[in-house]
Amino acid sequence: MKKSVFFGSVTAVALAASGALAAEGDTLKEVKARGVLNCGVNTGLIGFAAPDANGNWSGFDVAFCKAVAAAVLGDATKVKYVPTTGQTRFTALSSGEVDLLARNSTWTFQRDTDLKLDFIGVNYYDGQGFMVRKDLGVSSAKELNGATICIQTGTTTELNLADYFKANNMDYQPVNIDSNAEGEQQYMAGACDAYTTDASGLAATRASFADPENHIILPEIISKEPLGPAVRHGDNNWGDITRWTLYALIAAEEYGVTSANIDELAKSSNNPEVQRLLGTTDELGKMIGLDAEWAKRAIKAGGNYGEIFAATIGEQTPIGLARGLNAQWTQGGLMYAMPFR
Amino acid sequence: MSETHSETVAYVRETMLPPEPPPLAETGAIKWLRENLFSGPLNIALTFVGLGIVWLVVSTVGPWLSHSVWNAGSMAECRQIIAQTWGEGATGACFALIKHRWNQFLFGFYPQALYWRPVLAFGLLFLALAPVLFSESTKARRVVLGLSLALTFVFAALLGAPMGALLGMAVLMLLWAALIETRPRWSLLASLAYPFIAVWLLWGGSLWSEAMVLAGFCLGFVVWRLLAARFGLLAFALAVMATAAWWLLLAGPLASVLAGVLPLRLRPVSSDQFGGFVLSITIGVAGIALSLPLGVILALARRSDLPVIKLLAVMFIEFIRGVPLITLLFVASLLLNYFLPPGTNFDIILRVIIMVTLFAAAYMAEVIRGGLAALPKGQYEAADALGLDYWKAQRLIVLPQALKISIPGIVSTFIGMFKDTTLVVFVGLFDPLKAMADTIRASFEWKGAYWEPYIFVGAIFFILCFGMSRYSMYLERRLKRDHH
Amino acid sequence: MVAYTGADNPPFRLSMLIYDRRYRSLTLQAIVFILVMLAASWLIDNTLRNLSAMGKTLSFDFLFRRAGYDIPQQLIPYNSDDTHLRATVIGLLNTLLVSVLGCIAATVLGVIVGVLRLSSNWLIARLMTVYVEVFRNIPLLLWILVCLAIFTEVMPPPNAYRGENPAASMILFDTIAPTNRYTAIPSIGMTNPPGTISLGREGISWAFVAFVVAIAAAFVGRRLLRSRAQRIQDRTGKRPTTWWISLAMFALPVLFLTWYFGLHLIPPVLRGFNFADGINLDNALVVLWLALTLYTGAFIAEIVRAGILAVSKGQTEAAFALGLRPRRTMSLVVLPQALRVIVPPLISQYLNLTKNSSLAIAVGYMDLRGTLGGTTLNQTGREMEAMVLMMGIYLALSLIISAGMNIFNARVKLKER
Repeated sequence: MKKSVFFGSVTAVALAASGALAAEGDTLKEVKARGVLNCGVNTGLIGFAAPDANGNWSGFDVAFCKAVAAAVLGDATKVKYVPTTGQTRFTALSSGEVDLLARNSTWTFQRDTDLKLDFIGVNYYDGQGFMVRKDLGVSSAKELNGATICIQTGTTTELNLADYFKANNMDYQPVNIDSNAEGEQQYMAGACDAYTTDASGLAATRASFADPENHIILPEIISKEPLGPAVRHGDNNWGDITRWTLYALIAAEEYGVTSANIDELAKSSNNPEVQRLLGTTDELGKMIGLDAEWAKRAIKAGGNYGEIFAATIGEQTPIGLARGLNAQWTQGGLMYAMPFR
Repeated sequence: MSETHSETVAYVRETMLPPEPPPLAETGAIKWLRENLFSGPLNIALTFVGLGIVWLVVSTVGPWLSHSVWNAGSMAECRQIIAQTWGEGATGACFALIKHRWNQFLFGFYPQALYWRPVLAFGLLFLALAPVLFSESTKARRVVLGLSLALTFVFAALLGAPMGALLGMAVLMLLWAALIETRPRWSLLASLAYPFIAVWLLWGGSLWSEAMVLAGFCLGFVVWRLLAARFGLLAFALAVMATAAWWLLLAGPLASVLAGVLPLRLRPVSSDQFGGFVLSITIGVAGIALSLPLGVILALARRSDLPVIKLLAVMFIEFIRGVPLITLLFVASLLLNYFLPPGTNFDIILRVIIMVTLFAAAYMAEVIRGGLAALPKGQYEAADALGLDYWKAQRLIVLPQALKISIPGIVSTFIGMFKDTTLVVFVGLFDPLKAMADTIRASFEWKGAYWEPYIFVGAIFFILCFGMSRYSMYLERRLKRDHH
Repeated sequence: MVAYTGADNPPFRLSMLIYDRRYRSLTLQAIVFILVMLAASWLIDNTLRNLSAMGKTLSFDFLFRRAGYDIPQQLIPYNSDDTHLRATVIGLLNTLLVSVLGCIAATVLGVIVGVLRLSSNWLIARLMTVYVEVFRNIPLLLWILVCLAIFTEVMPPPNAYRGENPAASMILFDTIAPTNRYTAIPSIGMTNPPGTISLGREGISWAFVAFVVAIAAAFVGRRLLRSRAQRIQDRTGKRPTTWWISLAMFALPVLFLTWYFGLHLIPPVLRGFNFADGINLDNALVVLWLALTLYTGAFIAEIVRAGILAVSKGQTEAAFALGLRPRRTMSLVVLPQALRVIVPPLISQYLNLTKNSSLAIAVGYMDLRGTLGGTTLNQTGREMEAMVLMMGIYLALSLIISAGMNIFNARVKLKER
């Protein structure tokens, strides 16, 4: 932000009046001109995106924002995090308020087409689950007939829940909540029998309880929730940049490129795929309007996919999520980067 | 006469008796109790109900408050301390949370080293307001000036303002205060410049951009004054055009040139770092300052003889008053970008300020319209008889009186608007009440702290709003005296 | 024929558009109108261009698609297979429900507090002042959050009512169970149900119709009775006692119908996870209702107090001098005058309360904003259409309330010459 808000607004009006419109649809150019990447994130979900006491954002989704900023602007700190609620997230993207939405959003047909978003990939394979207190004596979601269930509004989980109970001929009483913090409060107080959201979110929430052993996550996963970053529909180049930044992070893990050994590998690696990835040979970056070392910077920003996972939501963190479906395809997971060629 | 009496009456007192003390039930505390609490069966019943309420509140909240802990690193530690000190099962307030995170409630994510800037902006606000609000009572004005000077300086120093900034602050504030005391009319100009100074202090960057915007207004004003005598209405249009041309063509380049010559720069702070009371007060003050002139214009338009203008004003006011603020905020966050040319995008705080201003302006317009209507018709007729044109009549005769009458309404609109700034949480801004509390509660240390943030934030809101309402009552009293 | 051209009517010159007062106002209006229209068309043009750039079109088709989400509190039947339109209606009804309940409760509370603030009882007057000042000077959002926290943190979960020695017990003769999810209250059952009128998916019980008719008839009867009493009073100077006849007119039919249909209360029973059989008042509703009532009540109390103080003491004394009894002094002299002062600001408080009910967002109560402006908007991505529709509905609601109350206001207004 070079100019103050007020002055910015005056120039905005001035721009409008003089008809000198900003280039439409070239997000890359806009981001470079602005010098900052506007990244839409969650208002506060520990592990995925949350500000600390000093307003520094961290988390799994935040790490992706940083990687894209590093790739495009050469500086992982040049990100403005725009907190979005479940209600405002897609509009923030389509109205141009954010360049990239990394807010654990599920990739669905309607969002991809009707809402005019482009999901650029999946950075976390998730599914919707239920958490209940152990003393409730419930061991399966099928036994939740008549239960009161806390649910975040404006999410796909709301629709999945309705479908699931309908399909199983069961009844439930929804308690609508606005944020994860509120959901925890209601669930802890016993205002709902079960709390439903993405299984990763449940794990994160459960981990943060004082007595995690008294709560269980039911075995049923009632939906597929492929979470991924999204960009606006129509700007294919920007979509390519973000998509391949994600693949670069995934591929880096596959080839054993970490933030620690990346400089060394850039010089010494004989693996042609790694050489292409890190820009030692073949200038892939040029094809998407960036320089040769874009992927190298992206990986350096927060490490490869595995490092990011381990640092933000992995088993060593309080969130304690196992890799599961999100392991590399070579390890039996679904993380599969397209070839860098 | 005395002789006849002495014959018929056996005994006549010749000196006055010393006054007896009143009966016990008619003095001191007992009398007071009887008159104020136990004067009749209904009152006795009411007193007991009242006592019951007080007892209920004290017995539920009292122990919790008295068991408060101010030194702890987390909620768990806090509870442990409470359990150790007052026994198992005791509940207590954990104000350690406030002690740890007070800065977030007040400043949001504003960079810690720069806390002195919002403090200074807030302190200067009182300097800017003093000539307007406390112009008639020298004593009150001096108290306000002295307090705001001293407190701003002390807090800025405590919050770690650099030496140079402190020195500059002291000089600036003392000069300004001197200006207010010696040349009150000139200090109004300084008050008009205040918004630009505040924007510069809050957002940082180069002072020249704000100065150029201000210069645009000055240019427009000069053009208008020079041409008004000859062209009348056209002069206004010309002034607007001159201002626009200045902003569009000259302001930007000139600002960068001047910044090159004399870089008056502060570290820029972006809008996403605003939060807590800094955000609330920024939105509130900006909304108040902008909505008052807009409200006056709308009120005049609504009472205008020109049907088109009246109709437009009525439509605008009724539309804004007919929808909840929250929907307007959603418009700011969801739709405003649709209304502007493709590719334009401006700050969410600014968008919210615009919407809050429009909202408050519609209410303000109704309040001022009430004031205008309450003015005796003779005042309007007198203005006409003097041969004043419309604007002169409004400026010199009507508005000064109408605004005075509507001061209580205006202040309560301000209070309402300031309270409504908490609603910005629903468009993803970090207001002190819900967003900040939720953010802090989302951290592992302070999970489960529900009451403490509400008490802290509620107390600050109460102090600010109650202060404003007391001020309006003080004004009302003073104005009443004027009339008798 | 020669047209008359008077010297006092000079030929029109272009400069007169600016200098002549008669034309200047027209010029000014024309300019303003053109500017406003230009601005409006500029905004609309931008909107259309922005929408087309995103490949969206303005269309309200989404209202007729399957909603797919459930709503906790509903006044008419609804399930996730219904359309977004029906969900919108549910939301609107919920908004109306909480607004009406809030207005009634806030008025009652406000009148009581306003009167008590003027009480000679020191303690009560102080307590009421504290209540009014505290609630007026702290944002409504905080009161909503505090009420929510009270209900979720302090009230027992339904589980607490279970077992041999339950931790919580139902109040009011085991009929009401406040829990941290809902307040379970008894529902009304009938032993001789007379059948229902079917209106599509909703049905209205004949019993309900019978009660409405009976009460309406009682109102008409009471009116007739009073006008007859008035006539007798005009003729003879004595007013016959009527109160027990009017009471009977209300009470007898209601009692008869209650006996005839066999109306009784069905207390809520804990079954499975939750209470069943009774009516579960969603806490979101109760919390919102409570917070709106307490907040608006403080404002209404001030209005009532100001209204009472506005009636000068001389009025009461004059009424006493005329020999009116205190009750008739109140109803014939003081109240009509106080109402004149009270009603206009009261209307705006009702409007405020209705608009403030959109803060339901903080408690997850599915009002109009929660359905149309919340989940529907979010699931369909039609923010433009949904917002326009929602604002239109709120606007219509406000205009209707203010129109209705203005009619009432006109009736109590002082009739001036």
